[in-house]
Amino acid sequence: MNLNIENLRCVRAGRTVFAELGVEVEAGEALILAGPNGAGKSTLLRILAGLLRADEGNAKFGPVSLKEDRAEFQSHLLYTGHLDAVKPALTVSETLTFWAQIYGAPRANVPIAVAALGLEKLADHHVRTLSAGQRRRLGLSRLALIDRPLWLLDEPTVSLDAESSARVAALARQRCESGGVVVAATHIDLAIPSAKTLDPAAFVATPKEGVMNADDLVLSGDAW
Amino acid sequence: MGAFWTMVRRDLALALRTGGGGALGVAFFVIAAVLVPFGVGPKPDLLGVIAPGMLWIAALLACMLTLDRLFQADVEDGSMDLLALSPLPLEVTVLAKCLAHWLTTGLPLLIAAPLMAITLNMPGEAYGAMIASLALGTPSLSMIGAIGAALTSGMRRGGVLTAVLVLPLYVPTLVLGALAGNAAASGLDASPYLMLLGAITLACLPLCPLVAAAALRLALR
Repeated sequence: MNLNIENLRCVRAGRTVFAELGVEVEAGEALILAGPNGAGKSTLLRILAGLLRADEGNAKFGPVSLKEDRAEFQSHLLYTGHLDAVKPALTVSETLTFWAQIYGAPRANVPIAVAALGLEKLADHHVRTLSAGQRRRLGLSRLALIDRPLWLLDEPTVSLDAESSARVAALARQRCESGGVVVAATHIDLAIPSAKTLDPAAFVATPKEGVMNADDLVLSGDAW
Repeated sequence: MGAFWTMVRRDLALALRTGGGGALGVAFFVIAAVLVPFGVGPKPDLLGVIAPGMLWIAALLACMLTLDRLFQADVEDGSMDLLALSPLPLEVTVLAKCLAHWLTTGLPLLIAAPLMAITLNMPGEAYGAMIASLALGTPSLSMIGAIGAALTSGMRRGGVLTAVLVLPLYVPTLVLGALAGNAAASGLDASPYLMLLGAITLACLPLCPLVAAAALRLALR
């Protein structure tokens, strides 16, 4: 299914992060979010996940509209933020078993997910004893645990070594090859052949002519 | 339904493994109850009269103690984002977390309460009503508390604010709980108060998860 982002606008604390942001990503394509810190990459991903509301605009995944049917839209996506969402007191396999049950994924996927990012030897270790990179890998192994067509990845390869980064890139590539859509804010090359690049900060609207309100003033200020 | 119990089990495991949790709540309850005779002085008759009220106040405070981390830990480490996106409705997640909170805080209080009642020289007739009132009332403490915990879940130091928000909402539960104990102590029928306590808990069951889930969605923005 295609991901269609239409005319998104987001204002955070009086500052327009982006406006009139629109892009269409075909099934099997990736959208790489680039741009400097504060460009609105994480904001865009959280809007697409339905965690943040856009001030204007909509996104559609196939026929499903984010605005009208948020729960249905969310049932197609998998989001990994810049936090790992793992608990120090649980073991690696307990963590994955928990998320499999919560997301209704088959329990048979747990060993697959453990292997996907090379955590086999750590399966019975408590997360407390893992390094930052290993925790990151555990967080990302949810990508192999839960089968969802739309991936929203926020800086997935931070604190990963080269080998693990390559594994994450391979997972993202496979998702695209099987007809999924990957939206990722990342600085590494995922080596996905059909990838678009987008800088959210490049989308700043021009003030509408004849209409003047406080919002427009902020907009024009931002454009400079 | 399976996901609901998964959520409860996970929160129980976390509470038991990370320590604190239940044991801390009970320890606080015991200390608070033991402090009362020191403050009031060696007057067994007076202690007996105020015992139900004092036990209930100690229970409220013990319940508060573990509330602020109810959602905050999950918000801080990103788990709440993924829980909010999961097929399990956030309201059900909240209810599961309330149940786990009650099992680790409210239930141990029930077990410790008779012992503390002896310390406070509570009249023997009041024991049944006191335990029943705690059993019926403490679940509502966890659920009402969840609203305050959800509202402050995005803050670094939400603990005191949670208490300030939630303690006034505990007043009806406190009044009815203490009345049930006092009525039984003076040989009256405690059942009207117990029924009202049950009514509060039943009303909380659908309402509090709804409100807390809405507050959590705001905290995630």
